[in-house]
Amino acid sequence: MSILVDRSNKVIVQGFTGRIGSFHAREMMEAGTNVVGGVTPGRGGGEHLGLPVFDTVSQAVRETGADTSIIFVPPPYAADAAMEAAEAGIELAVLITDGIPGQDMMQVKRYIRRHDAANRITIVGPNCSGVISPEKALVGIMPTNIFLPGRVGIVSRSGTLGYEAADQMKAHGIGVSTSVGIGGDPINGSSFKDVLARFEADPETEAMVMIGEIGGPQEAAAADYIRAHVSKPVIAYIAGLSAPPGRRMGHAGAIIQAAGEAASEKVALLQDAGVAIAPTPSEIGDTVADTLKVAA
Amino acid sequence: MDVHEYQAKDLLGRFGVPVPRGGLAYSPEQAAYRARELGGDAWAVKAQVHAGARGKGGGIKLCHNRNEVWEAADNLLGHTLVTPQTADEGKGVYRLYVEAAQNLDREYYLGLVLDREAERIMIVASAAGGMEIEEIARERPESVHRIVVDPAAGLPTFQARDMAFALGFRGGEIAQVIRTIQGCYRAFRELDATMVEINPLTVTEDGTVLALDCKMQVDDNALFRRPEVADMRDRSQEDPRESHATDRGLSYVGLDGTIGCIINGAGLAMATLDMIKLAGGEPANFLDIGGGATPERVAEAFNIVRNDDNVRAILVNIFAGINRCDWVAQGVVQAVRQTGLDLPLVVRLAGTHVEEGQRILDESGLDIVSARTLKEAADKAVGTLEPTPAAEAAG
Repeated sequence: MSILVDRSNKVIVQGFTGRIGSFHAREMMEAGTNVVGGVTPGRGGGEHLGLPVFDTVSQAVRETGADTSIIFVPPPYAADAAMEAAEAGIELAVLITDGIPGQDMMQVKRYIRRHDAANRITIVGPNCSGVISPEKALVGIMPTNIFLPGRVGIVSRSGTLGYEAADQMKAHGIGVSTSVGIGGDPINGSSFKDVLARFEADPETEAMVMIGEIGGPQEAAAADYIRAHVSKPVIAYIAGLSAPPGRRMGHAGAIIQAAGEAASEKVALLQDAGVAIAPTPSEIGDTVADTLKVAA
Repeated sequence: MDVHEYQAKDLLGRFGVPVPRGGLAYSPEQAAYRARELGGDAWAVKAQVHAGARGKGGGIKLCHNRNEVWEAADNLLGHTLVTPQTADEGKGVYRLYVEAAQNLDREYYLGLVLDREAERIMIVASAAGGMEIEEIARERPESVHRIVVDPAAGLPTFQARDMAFALGFRGGEIAQVIRTIQGCYRAFRELDATMVEINPLTVTEDGTVLALDCKMQVDDNALFRRPEVADMRDRSQEDPRESHATDRGLSYVGLDGTIGCIINGAGLAMATLDMIKLAGGEPANFLDIGGGATPERVAEAFNIVRNDDNVRAILVNIFAGINRCDWVAQGVVQAVRQTGLDLPLVVRLAGTHVEEGQRILDESGLDIVSARTLKEAADKAVGTLEPTPAAEAAG
């Protein structure tokens, strides 16, 4: 098994006919993802990459039975695209777009609460690399060849550090059940805690790797959650030990603004919750291997 | 993006927040003229810099005649101001704001932030004004009142009124405080702010509520729809290296070390900086060239990193996914040839087609040190900083 995506997801691409949407739609199809169509307002009725194009997400859902969407819509319209997906009954929307205004995401998070928890859309992202369950499905922009299929889940804010982790694990012969990029923005659809809970519930995930960074409360919340609810081994790396406070390190959310947001403080909280810490970014693979040996 | 105090007051004033009368000055003459224009017998001359704690750094001067205004302005303009919140080199003062001085009765704190935990706008206020909010929260936590605003409903008047009463305002002040809180909230929403802070919010001796000092930060991601705020950008307050990179769509943060860094992805960039520190070096910068490491972006990155005179070696770390390593390697080779690089260069490539990429670097004939892992890259980059025996012999 895996979490969030596998061969059964029927995926549409919002922003389908654009350059980036087209490129990644092709990559996803090559990775075995069941892409069933796409949405570009004004281009409905046409065909693109051999698949139908729709004007609205509702139409696409009605005609194709899509349950999953990946969004490549430009920042000014991306939050609206996510709300449209929520209203159309999409169950999982992966929001790749970088540069969405923070208050737009605040609005999205409020909007999706119109639906009760059981019927609420899951959003992953924005500003993320998406989701991959190796050799099953890719709903994201990750390079597939660095992932070995296996039984360790990865959840990372950063895309490239998630790749780094998967690549180091592959060198140890350790495979991945699902890798989830939750994105570098201050307000995101799914938190570390949300994804860790899914890994904990997934019978085929044996351990999880969490890659955090400076800024925000989500690593601390994850530490509390792990202490209380996670029985499987967790390995973590937190980037930004050398980051000065008050400076935004690339990601909109990577800025130390309050107590508890520095990398060293997050490391201490996770360690205290029983998480194995990779001391350097070069030792993520080694730490996972050591932890699995001990657990076995 | 930060805006100056006078800009924040202008913006908030448009939403009904009561601010003192004041005028902008670029010269001592203009400052003295502003004082005459404002009237009264005391004025505050305030340095306009993107940093807090200006008072502690000597950036706010209280003057009692126009000569003093002229002199205060002359002492501030063209100089740098170092405050507890600036770096050691301080910020240049090129604009002053002259305000009529107020007779104050009481001081309060009022701040609004886009709170990451609540994922909503949070309004924070305290009757312990004049201190930093972190200090208030630590020393007088019982004095801190909060409102988390439901974005679907907005800020109802009763919530603002509750807060005004909780803070101990009374009589005619209540309506003024409600207007201030609601004005700040509307400005926050309509200008895509990420932070608004009034510290202190004051009541004068005659019972008038005034926002004496205002700070405002606006979401960089929303500037496309707030052109009026985007125009308020003041490059004189930015690190020139950062301005240069920002204008080219690259994400750069200037640091104090000697190893220039070019990396794809913000997380990997932070991790690389950490690795350099662990290897005993100091990074000169954070630089994320983004997912698509095109030859043009790599070349631009080399130019930016080399503009920093402190840089003694350059470390390139690219995890190539869909842009394969061979293609990135060609970009690096091309960029080195174009820019005629004369500093030690360590390149670490990982990901798709890594062997092919390595081969291109090795066969380029260029003096490039290649590394397989992040650790090896950091060690080698730090290693290039040691003086070689040959260099020492050459003296």
